[in-house]
Amino acid sequence: MEDDAPVIYGLEFQARALSAQTAETDAIRFLVGTQSLKFDNQIHIIDFDDENNIINKNVLLHQAGEIWHIGASPANKAVLSTCYNKTNDSRVMSCAAVWQMPSGWETGSHESADDSSHNPQTLELLFHLDSGTHQNSACVLWEPMGDGKRVISLADNHALLWDLQESSTKATVSSTATLEGKGQLKFTSGKWSPHHNCSQLATANDTAIRGWDLRTMSQIYCVDNAHGQLVRDLDFNPNRQYYLASCGDDCKVKFWDVRNVQEPVKTLEEHSHWVWSVRYNHSHDQLVLTASSDSRLILSNMVSISSEPFGHMVDDEELSEGEDNPQEEKVKEPLKDSVVSTYEEHEDSVYAAEWSSADPWLFASLSYDGRLVINRVPRALKYRILL
Amino acid sequence: MDADTDGSEGPDESGRRRRVHGMLKLYYGLNEEGKTSEKSPSLDPCDINGPHFDPELYLNKLRRECSLAELMDQETCMVKQIRSLDSDMQTLVYENYNKFISATDTIRKMKNDFKKMEDEMDCLSANMAAITDFSASISGTLQDQHAQITKLSGVHTLLRKLQFLFELPARLNKCLELKAYAQAVSFHRRARCVLQQYSHLPSFKGIQDDCHAIMDKLAQELRQKFRDGGTSAKDLSECVELLLQLDEPAEELCDKFLTHARSRLEADLQGLEAEIRPYPTAVKDASARRSPAGSPTDSSPKATPTPNTDILEFIDRGCNEFVSSLCLVITSYQELFINHAQTGELASKNIPQMANRKLHVFVDDLAAQYFSLVERRIQEEKGVSDNSLLVRALDRFHRRLQAVSKLLPSSTVPNQGTEIVIRAATERVKQYLAALQSFYMDSLTDVRQALAAPRLSVGGATGSGGGAHLGGGATSRDAPNSLPELLSSLSASILNQIKSVLASVHLFTAKDITFSNKPYFKGEFCSQGVRESLVVNFIKFVCQSSRQFCESAGDKGGSTPPALLLLLSRLCLDFETSTISYILTLTDEQFLVQHHSPVTPVTILCTEAREAAQKLLNHYVKVQGLIISQMLRKSVETRDWVNTIEPRNVRAVMKRVVEDTTSIDVQVGLLYEEGVRKAHSSDSSKRTFSVYSSSRQQVRYAASYTPSAPMDTNLLSNIHKLFSERIDIFSSVEFNKVSVMTGIIKISLKTFLECVRLRTFGRYGLQQIQVDCHYLQMYLWRFVSDENLVHFLLDEIVGSCAHRCLDPAPMEQSVIEVICERG
Repeated sequence: MEDDAPVIYGLEFQARALSAQTAETDAIRFLVGTQSLKFDNQIHIIDFDDENNIINKNVLLHQAGEIWHIGASPANKAVLSTCYNKTNDSRVMSCAAVWQMPSGWETGSHESADDSSHNPQTLELLFHLDSGTHQNSACVLWEPMGDGKRVISLADNHALLWDLQESSTKATVSSTATLEGKGQLKFTSGKWSPHHNCSQLATANDTAIRGWDLRTMSQIYCVDNAHGQLVRDLDFNPNRQYYLASCGDDCKVKFWDVRNVQEPVKTLEEHSHWVWSVRYNHSHDQLVLTASSDSRLILSNMVSISSEPFGHMVDDEELSEGEDNPQEEKVKEPLKDSVVSTYEEHEDSVYAAEWSSADPWLFASLSYDGRLVINRVPRALKYRILL
Repeated sequence: MDADTDGSEGPDESGRRRRVHGMLKLYYGLNEEGKTSEKSPSLDPCDINGPHFDPELYLNKLRRECSLAELMDQETCMVKQIRSLDSDMQTLVYENYNKFISATDTIRKMKNDFKKMEDEMDCLSANMAAITDFSASISGTLQDQHAQITKLSGVHTLLRKLQFLFELPARLNKCLELKAYAQAVSFHRRARCVLQQYSHLPSFKGIQDDCHAIMDKLAQELRQKFRDGGTSAKDLSECVELLLQLDEPAEELCDKFLTHARSRLEADLQGLEAEIRPYPTAVKDASARRSPAGSPTDSSPKATPTPNTDILEFIDRGCNEFVSSLCLVITSYQELFINHAQTGELASKNIPQMANRKLHVFVDDLAAQYFSLVERRIQEEKGVSDNSLLVRALDRFHRRLQAVSKLLPSSTVPNQGTEIVIRAATERVKQYLAALQSFYMDSLTDVRQALAAPRLSVGGATGSGGGAHLGGGATSRDAPNSLPELLSSLSASILNQIKSVLASVHLFTAKDITFSNKPYFKGEFCSQGVRESLVVNFIKFVCQSSRQFCESAGDKGGSTPPALLLLLSRLCLDFETSTISYILTLTDEQFLVQHHSPVTPVTILCTEAREAAQKLLNHYVKVQGLIISQMLRKSVETRDWVNTIEPRNVRAVMKRVVEDTTSIDVQVGLLYEEGVRKAHSSDSSKRTFSVYSSSRQQVRYAASYTPSAPMDTNLLSNIHKLFSERIDIFSSVEFNKVSVMTGIIKISLKTFLECVRLRTFGRYGLQQIQVDCHYLQMYLWRFVSDENLVHFLLDEIVGSCAHRCLDPAPMEQSVIEVICERG
């Protein structure tokens, strides 16, 4: 069985920000934010038609500035957050905001694709996530599987938990956590844990990873020197509550059990430059996607630390059927941790990679030159995991 | 008869005669012994001498074959022969006749003589008959007296015996007084059976009881003597012999004998034990021994846990005291209970077997105690300074145990002893390995210190001025941090250490050492012990510890000085190319290793060393690249690029980068060869950033799936990317300077690029980056294998910067050049 060829989509601008549209579970949809200092920045809403292998795109204008980070609301398809740079009078400011897509964007695009590209609609601002004192927002995190009312923004050395009330036009800070220490500490990245009733947050600053309890806004664990150099990204294992993946400038991807932060559980050293993004597959947590500035995207199969270390568990009923037993035995052989494949479609640094929220076997990656590549998990592996 | 012999009668007279006799014998049917077997009678009818002679045939033959003259000759010859034969015959007849006459005379004479003899014989027989008659009458008269005499002599003997018996108690008592135990026992033995037999008679019973009482007393005394420790071995054995004769149960005696011996041997063992732990039991003893030795540390005898005597002395004492007494005990025991018993009546009672069994148990038990002491002592022998002492001690230990094996061939003691020696040897090998390892680590620490010291001076030198990148080589050369010297001294000292250890270990297999011809020391010790667990393990240790430098340093951020990494990498590489095979060949030669069991081949070790070298070098590149990267990153991250002023000169950090790169280049050049690089273009340093200018053209192109749109990506750069090979930033490097430098520069510039992309620039920010990149361009191309790589990365940086610029107005190339040349 031939694997489907990757689908490539070129943006006009350079881009770093990529997100799957979390609230959308039917269509395969990604959001891409562009970076341009000279032109109006755009949000590309990219729909992938799996059956026809066709990409449909819609463009919304994001006039506030170049987008460094993008996040989609888990509850409302039309709501998203961005972190953007605003330049005025030779000052560059990083801001964060929550936006609403204009109501007619979807219909409009279908009727006349050309029009939309020439005359894109503009995002409607819902809330600014700026408290005034903190200027450099690194990222905005939505509460996983929440109702879209709570977000956390990481700005400088603060983590701000916001309440978004539809009635009000202003977001209010409900609590903050501050990173204290010597020097100018700055959060670079973070992740809201989907476990423990969404009461935990993990952040990265410099070479350390910290865990926070959102109820008390206090630190619960800290992995000092998690990476030899800067930690670039984090992700929680969706099925194992204490497992966390991190990546960084030492070209490594590390897997941690936060109950024992002395040693990583596992380390991958496949990339030849900084690793910018690491993502667990939402359904099959042995599949891990990493994106690096060596222009490569690597899909790894980390069976040994997944929630299904022995592959798909065979039910007793299935076993009792008897006929397929020899085959079942074969399937049950424990898989080894391995690199599934390396994707080399990019020609510039790949800063972001995301799994689709609708199809667990599909993922997108975005390189700096604006190239978005949609790939699938190789079929052989897919069937091996499923059967 | 031949014509030849006829023709020469004179000289062969006797021969002819013999032949004539022969023919006569033949005629009479007598065989002349010996000759007949050789010469079978001819069957030829023409042979005139043969038995089957046919005159007719012969005549015919002659007539046919010979001429007349020959016939005539033949005839005369024949006549002559016949004539001589006739005369011979006459002579013989005459002789025989004479002999016959003389024989007749002799027979007649004999007849007369016999007649005379017959008469004499008759006379003799008559006399004999008379003598017989006389003798019969005498014996008849003497019959009665003879019977009486016999009876009397019987009574006499009996009385003598009885007298002995009656006197026995007194005699025994006297013997007892005189301590002539042997005499007493022999008396008693003689009387014992009789007394036993007639014990139903009251008088004998009395004697027997008396005797018993005395003998019991005697036995008591003997036992007492036996029990007393002071008696000599000879006395002791005599005692035992006597007691055995007194029907003392042999088993008990064996036990007693052995207990007695045991107590003495255990005293020896205690003495030995006291030497192992000189306090508190033997402090006095120890200090007494030490003071004549003149040791200055007398004041604190308890502070030194090490034994006072060296191992040789200890083993010597053990051998002289314990082993020799043990041998003595074994000898006398065997003499008493085994050899002696085999000859006597005791053999029937299975005593030798029983005694043998007991002896084995006894020897095994004591030997086990002794061995445990020896092992304890050997274990205390931790210092690896003087191996010959240990070897000599072990040799002596082993040699002395051979005596035991001679006495008790079936004993396991010598084998156990050999095992102890083997254990000691393996332990020693382990200690040597540990010593080698710690030596290696120590020398690494030394190297580290040596590296740390000049590091300061280099830092001071490079801080002195901007021209350091040109004079960088000189400053580093002035500094005492001569890596090649350190490397050579390190590898030489490692090699020397290995050699000396091998020499020490070699003592175990020296020819004059008794245990060296044991199969273990010939085979396994050499191959498994020395080669595998010592040499191979050490080499592996070197590789592994080197690797550890890579791993530990990764997280702690360069706790190992990079120069050390470089040095170790070269060391491992040298190991791979020559040292390993040299060491192993040396080992194999010295120990004549016969590989019974599979051994680690040289190639595997070489591969391991090469991997370690590669890893170290990669790590070196990473660490050095990281150091430069950090400088670049800080310089990009901490600056406000939007509001920067117009560039007037190259930023100091760039100069620093070039300086550091130069000094790294020098450092690497000290240990690694130059390597190949692509041909330089003559004006590398003058190259302009064409890419940047083209990026200004706002090239537009259509992406594969999207309608054409304004693009501010840079076409030329993209095309370049399409056709150039993907650059692996942190990739393996080759073992040469250029490759190492290329790696470091790649890492640094890529970091620069990524940092630039994270920032936003103003007009002057861009121009500053332009200036900086041009400066780097001027100096970095010379270090790398392919200068296009530097060009490409720098183009990328400037291009990316232009994209990130709010007001991209590039600086004139000529101005950039002027600024850069100003320095």
